[in-house]
Amino acid sequence: MLSEQKEKEIALVANKIRETIIEMLTAAGSGHTAGPLGMADIFATFYFHILHHDPHNPVWAERDRLFLSNGHIVPVRYAAMAHAGYFPVEECLTLRKFGSRLQGHPERLRLLGMETTSGPLGSGLSQAAGYAYAARMDGKTFRTYCLMSDGEQDAGNVWEAAMFAGNNKLANMTALIDRNNIQINGMTEDIMPLENLRAKYEAFNWHVLEVDGHNIRAVVDAVEEAKAIVEKPTLIIAHTIPGKGIKEIEFDYRWHGSPPGKGPTDKVPADKQAAVFLQELRTLKGTIVSEHE
Amino acid sequence: MLTTHAHIRDDIFAAGERMATRDGFGRALLELGEKNKNVVVLCADLAESTRVLAFKEKFPDRYIEIGVAEQNLAAVASGMANYGKIPFIASYAAFSPGRNNEQIRTTISLNNVPVKIMGMHAGISVGPDGATHQALEDIALMRVQPNMVVISPCDAEEAYKATLAAAKYEGPVYMRFGREKTPTMTTTESPFSWGKANLLWLGENPQVAVFATGPLLHNALLAAKQLEHEIAVSVTNIHTIKPLDTQAVVAAAKNAGAAVTVEEHQVAGGLGGAVAEVLAAEFPVPMEFVGVHDQFGQSGEMSELVLHYKMGPADIADAIRKVHGRK
Repeated sequence: MLSEQKEKEIALVANKIRETIIEMLTAAGSGHTAGPLGMADIFATFYFHILHHDPHNPVWAERDRLFLSNGHIVPVRYAAMAHAGYFPVEECLTLRKFGSRLQGHPERLRLLGMETTSGPLGSGLSQAAGYAYAARMDGKTFRTYCLMSDGEQDAGNVWEAAMFAGNNKLANMTALIDRNNIQINGMTEDIMPLENLRAKYEAFNWHVLEVDGHNIRAVVDAVEEAKAIVEKPTLIIAHTIPGKGIKEIEFDYRWHGSPPGKGPTDKVPADKQAAVFLQELRTLKGTIVSEHE
Repeated sequence: MLTTHAHIRDDIFAAGERMATRDGFGRALLELGEKNKNVVVLCADLAESTRVLAFKEKFPDRYIEIGVAEQNLAAVASGMANYGKIPFIASYAAFSPGRNNEQIRTTISLNNVPVKIMGMHAGISVGPDGATHQALEDIALMRVQPNMVVISPCDAEEAYKATLAAAKYEGPVYMRFGREKTPTMTTTESPFSWGKANLLWLGENPQVAVFATGPLLHNALLAAKQLEHEIAVSVTNIHTIKPLDTQAVVAAAKNAGAAVTVEEHQVAGGLGGAVAEVLAAEFPVPMEFVGVHDQFGQSGEMSELVLHYKMGPADIADAIRKVHGRK
């Protein structure tokens, strides 16, 4: 059960994660902004409520596995892991720097707790499915999660994996798509229309749920429902707002691959972006969650 | 003459035994199924021709059907290996590692998980199927990936040993196999050590060092025999293309002063490229390259194609003479 107090805690952590994202991307001078901000609530919910894990023992055998398929949003994962206690929050400022464990795209062998290496889109679901299949062979009870982007659904490999997981009834796996409607070249429905995404996965023998990806309680409920589905893998389509929390970034696909300081300047001058965005986040104080009350 | 320590069959210059390297793989896989419960097999709709059918029938719970989806084949196997299984993935080399190169690169090699990629029908041995199915660049694709080991067995016996060794190795492995029956040269006594080249033929005071990989090794031995009284040569079996046994390659090149490579693959990026890289850095000697020279394959019987692409015993003998003349 998710208490109201816990829900509030997660919302506050999500805002801390957003601040860390802005700080780390500004220090790095490159990287993706919109996606990580949009997924902050979901990562906070995973690392502070959903996952069975131990930040002090990242290789604990019975931990839940979280595969991140769209590796480019990894700053949100690094920030969530740091706030959860995997490593010091200050280390986030080494993102993308020479010698850092926090590579521009995540690498399993560089950072314990990073379940796989990803970046090239489309193959995370296959890996998660293989992992879940192997775990089921051995009667393991932990769950395997796979987070994907919506633009990533353009890739054929995703549908090979969707077919495999549906055919093999991988009920110990839950996938989640960050449905923020943007990709590098523009809006997903302009680049290569994805809808009807729900019907597509249902046709591949998946149980599909749709939630507001900023509604922490709704995300938790969907993940819990997935555990009760025994004959199918579950897909949660999480509708999110790219850049959530910073109004100048929200909904703007031009922020997909730009860091603060190098983003579109029609709303905030480049040299003021980091400071303005951090100021905005610091005055939020968890108001994101209140929008859904 | 044939070296004694290699324990080569005494009928290799007569009509000896012929068996496809893929059959050696299938035999080893069945044995691995008994020995190691972590061994699983994933196949992309080619169970019979990749010789995993017997494993599927005997260990149905450890056989995973992927369908015609080689990208998924590689990435699902990555997930299973990441968990702790030892997945052997079987398809044709033209598709795996042909189609799924990026999945292998990111999810297997960079991830450094022990997936064993079994590429069947490699080279021109798939004959009548034509260029689309004749993988002539798989060695090149795989040997440029860090962490990846590349093995090219010369016969069914060596394929059997290499498959058993691959299961024990705690990292990614690529192995290529031929479709057609080809001469069995090695025996159960023949040494097979991971990364260690085997000297099979050593003439007195050799003038040319021949390095061969895969079933064409037999043609290299035939050429050596044919030239026995004309040009003394050494013939080394390079079953492990990566990591290359640089010590053995350099020693043989130093001993002879010239080199010829033989492979059923593009000479660019294959064994020829690998040997040339080492010799250029360590001990440059004149070299000739027997293999496919920047061309696609085509339909035909294997025997016809070997001659067309100048990989027969007489072609190898010509390359030996040519390089000897350049010294």
